[in-house]
Amino acid sequence: MLVAGIKSRPVYTGLTIQPNARRHIFALEGEGAKALLDQQPALDDTALSRSEILYVARGSQGSGLDEALRHLGADMFFTAPTIATLLFRLKGSLATAHMGTRLYISGTEGFIGQAMLLALEYGMDHASVITEHRGSLARRVQCVHCKGITDDVTTSPFACSHCGLPLLVRDHYSRRLAAFQGVNIDAEEPGSAPDPEELFL
Amino acid sequence: MSGGTEIPVRVARITPIAERVKRFRFERLDGKPLPYFSGGAHVIVSMNDGGHMRRNAYSLMSPPHDCTAYEISVLHVEDSRGGSTFMHEKVSEGDELKVSYPVNLFQPDWRGRKHLLIAGGIGITPFIAMMEQFSREGANFELHYAIRTRDRGAYWRELLERYGGHRIKIYCDAEGGAIPLTRLLDSQPLGTHLYVCGPAGMIDGVLLTALKAGWPKENLHSERFLAPPAGLPFQVFLETSNIHMTVGEHQSILEAAEAHGCDAPYMCRGGACGQCETEVLSCDGTLQHNDIYLSDEERASGKKIMICVSRFKGQQLVLQL
Repeated sequence: MLVAGIKSRPVYTGLTIQPNARRHIFALEGEGAKALLDQQPALDDTALSRSEILYVARGSQGSGLDEALRHLGADMFFTAPTIATLLFRLKGSLATAHMGTRLYISGTEGFIGQAMLLALEYGMDHASVITEHRGSLARRVQCVHCKGITDDVTTSPFACSHCGLPLLVRDHYSRRLAAFQGVNIDAEEPGSAPDPEELFL
Repeated sequence: MSGGTEIPVRVARITPIAERVKRFRFERLDGKPLPYFSGGAHVIVSMNDGGHMRRNAYSLMSPPHDCTAYEISVLHVEDSRGGSTFMHEKVSEGDELKVSYPVNLFQPDWRGRKHLLIAGGIGITPFIAMMEQFSREGANFELHYAIRTRDRGAYWRELLERYGGHRIKIYCDAEGGAIPLTRLLDSQPLGTHLYVCGPAGMIDGVLLTALKAGWPKENLHSERFLAPPAGLPFQVFLETSNIHMTVGEHQSILEAAEAHGCDAPYMCRGGACGQCETEVLSCDGTLQHNDIYLSDEERASGKKIMICVSRFKGQQLVLQL
């Protein structure tokens, strides 16, 4: 049911350490920790001494990823209980950062989008932020009708958590809102919405 | 399609600015307002030098919101191909010239939280209009301007007076001054964009140092106008126009085509914009790519040439033009 080839669909090119960076900030969520752990060969003492790791475990709670990240021995390591806390901490880091600082984001799309939104607010070009998608395919979706945003959407259509309309989840993405767009699927004939498919597990 | 519509203008005023630098003020012949432009834009000035058409790109340096006139500053270059010598020695107040519509290939990134401008010599010109716009918009900017001597440096006094020492830093080579690049690059707040305009060596140096200081390429902007390099004359056949022509030592393929009445497309005439990209139909020899537009793959394919700056060495070159 997804329309293919929509240009705004974000592309995550994968996490690689930028060797010239003066400072590395890693914003990681859940299995996004593995994207950084996989880069260990590139993380020498110099890189680690310039690194700040911000982590929120969410679904990966209890799997030991936080301890693995802590053991990397980065200059700073911070675990947040929620995405909101992590973003608040990230905001503080970006507010005082200098050029030469590179930001790396890994986790689910909803998390990458929200951290990216913060980066944009601090004048970073989205193409200069290094991203890798890890974990669930769940999406953050904006209802184009009531403008309410629902996190962790795994099916399409799904009922808007704000206005209740059945929404088709599109590939159409807004960087400004950090959300995919959900459009009412049975507007002509209310009640005719097809059964939800689990497309974004 | 060529360079687009040209606007006939009159040279309203010529002002000597510094050693070998003059400012020219152009007003429309029909008295109408000129189009607005954005800081960083340039125009192509067409000069009729005794029947020989010369076309050079010059950055607009008048305030972008002022459409009563356009102003450019011209450095009389030592090894002039004729354009800057013509402007300096043959153009008088009251003369008529033609300018193109403004084109901007050096647009500031307005999402930036700060703009760091680095100028060398006559490379100051695009920044004068840019700073006017930054200042009007309340944007944060800083200019670091390297000049050889105080006599040869253009506008440094005016800029210091206008914007103050906290925004304008002058480095005079003759007094041992040099832009402290590494320190500058390391101390900029996140979200700063860098713009550099000046001699090719300076641009390359600044961009390389910035990348080494961890700056992402998305935040780096430069403008270089390449004069078409001279070289041995060669033969070209323009297939569509059915023209056999010789490209002279100091001529570009584009200039030769224009001299033969072929209305070829162009915009920057400096190998940067990509407008004059031309398909190579056959090439018995070697293409000498001098542009900064084509990718390495495109060059290797031998199928494309930027006729404003690139040359050819060999027997015969056939172009789709």
